[in-house]
Amino acid sequence: MVDKLTPVLSANWGTDNSWKLATYQAAGGYQAVGKALKMTPAAVTDVVKDSGLRGRGGAGFPTGMKWSFVPKDNPNPKYLVVNADESEPGTCKDMPLLLASPHTLVEGMIIASYAINCHTAFVYIRGEVLHVHRRMQQAVAEAYEAGYLGKNILGSGYDLDIVVHAGAGAYICGEETALLDSLEGRRGQPRLRPPFPAVAGLYASPTVINNVESIASVPSILKNGAEWFGSMGTEKSKGYTLYSLSGHVARPGQFEAPLGITLRELLDLAGGVREGHELKFWTPGGSSTPILTAEHLDVPLDYEGMAGAGTMLGTKALQIFDETTSVVRTTLRWTEFYKHESCGKCTPCREGNWWMVQMLRKFEAGQAAVGDVDKLLDVASNIGGKSFCALADGAVACVTSAIRHFRSEFEDGYSTPAWELFPYGRSALFEVPETQGAHA
Amino acid sequence: MSGHEFQSFFPESGTVDMTDTTTNIDDTTFAELRQLASRYPEARSALLPMLHLVQSVDGRISPVGIEACAEVLGITAAQVSGVATFYTMYRRRPGGKHHIGVCTTALCAVMGGDALLEQVSEKLGIQPDETTPDGKFSLERLECNAACDFAPVMMVNWEFMDNMTPDKAQQLIDDLAADAEVKSTRGATITSWRAAERVLAGFPDGRADEGPSAGEASLLGKSIADEKGWAAPKGGKS
Repeated sequence: MVDKLTPVLSANWGTDNSWKLATYQAAGGYQAVGKALKMTPAAVTDVVKDSGLRGRGGAGFPTGMKWSFVPKDNPNPKYLVVNADESEPGTCKDMPLLLASPHTLVEGMIIASYAINCHTAFVYIRGEVLHVHRRMQQAVAEAYEAGYLGKNILGSGYDLDIVVHAGAGAYICGEETALLDSLEGRRGQPRLRPPFPAVAGLYASPTVINNVESIASVPSILKNGAEWFGSMGTEKSKGYTLYSLSGHVARPGQFEAPLGITLRELLDLAGGVREGHELKFWTPGGSSTPILTAEHLDVPLDYEGMAGAGTMLGTKALQIFDETTSVVRTTLRWTEFYKHESCGKCTPCREGNWWMVQMLRKFEAGQAAVGDVDKLLDVASNIGGKSFCALADGAVACVTSAIRHFRSEFEDGYSTPAWELFPYGRSALFEVPETQGAHA
Repeated sequence: MSGHEFQSFFPESGTVDMTDTTTNIDDTTFAELRQLASRYPEARSALLPMLHLVQSVDGRISPVGIEACAEVLGITAAQVSGVATFYTMYRRRPGGKHHIGVCTTALCAVMGGDALLEQVSEKLGIQPDETTPDGKFSLERLECNAACDFAPVMMVNWEFMDNMTPDKAQQLIDDLAADAEVKSTRGATITSWRAAERVLAGFPDGRADEGPSAGEASLLGKSIADEKGWAAPKGGKS
């Protein structure tokens, strides 16, 4: 029987100087690299494949399979790009990981790069997290000095360089093809697929793009074996993962558990919804994953469980909102986010989110016209699935799911401002002046 | 809602301020821009870091900075401007010594972020996207900054200011205004926005060892597991 919480990635976060090479090595760090470099690249890929590790950045695509898509006969250089652009509302797992244990990522990058025959790897970190850059820059410098990076790593004959790269404020760059354009020094706008990055990615060369947590999970898999990893989690959602609880919970934070734990179990550990309140709605994996309610408390938080509930596991960013919260206000804020972050490439997303924000502001102010709920759904249906990338789908998902679960609250917006139905001060953690919404 | 009230309107659109031609860019800056370009298999990949460097030197994306990037990379000034105007971290007007961000994406907004923004805006006497006349502060309403378990969140020069309250926000601004020492809750001692931009450009400031390994919320699951004696299974062999 596996324990309820299984800290692996977060096991060393509380150690003094956890971010330093010596501390990481003292706890067994970089042993997996030594092991991997004695195997063939194909054997390394097989271990990751056999482990069942699936992408932790939201899509859940099998990581080892992604690696195996890199064509062996393509003469171009191969690239590994780690997506550390963590910006999905609610998502806050990769930044603490990189702050506390950047070497876990460096070690994972060495193993992954070796597996796909890559000699230049990049980590693309969102710009707005200064200290994460400091820790990552230092970790890479330390790894060079210790011979884990550079030429002839650990005498294996294998060479690897890692470049730490700063983004500049654009949620869209978390989308893998937009990230590639950004990394090529362009506006971050998504590319049409195919060709997929595995065939023509960075500089039109074969490229693997993985989330921080996915790559950081690799050293533990190499060290302990695929079977060990698979002994945690469920049949199709294997291993441990980071769940991030935020919002109206007694104790928000990071919980590393086998896939398949439920929100009820996590809430128990977090001390429940904040005292005197009850759960109203929540996101399983960021604002782009359709919201759920208290009736979904016992659905396993794994890829299949969430798909079965009509949503997605996403980034496992569990944002908890209690009964004081206006779902109209929350939906408006999320939609404003998508409007702000739409890259402008596709008309449905660029214009549609603009329209939805205007409509939702009227709902919030109690000035929507009778029938506007259906009009909003109609606008949404002209955005989702009609754009290059998933930003548009995420933008629509938060609106449609909110209406699905709380239609009457939107209909109240025909006559009553949200701040009258749900005085905003009650949702805050501290006493706030009575407000009528930031835009009124 | 009917008729033609909807129209495309992007108030944040616009170009770099070409009327302000002042600059601090010199040969050293050019050497550093070239150094950044040399770090990548294809030089243009360095453009985002190069623009961060321009900001650290000139306090904004300056016309001379745009020309400098274009010259080093062998691309046009229009191509550089196109990139500089796409990303929100690049400033087209001079920012403050300290750049204050208040997160008002849904979760932080609901938890008190809206009130914090209003309070800070009132205290500084400026609206978001503005800079105080003395050049000390600029203000931004932030989109999610990946610290939701520490909500409501503020940022100073892109350093985390976790679990903010009105009292803490008041103290923070007072301390920064008085040039008193301010430490990030999960980062280093606050210096300046321009110093931060230099690190983001890829020139370390040697302060990685400041601050804690993690915040309390980051360690919550691990500390509960320790209390209960829970752990991942013992490793086997591959």
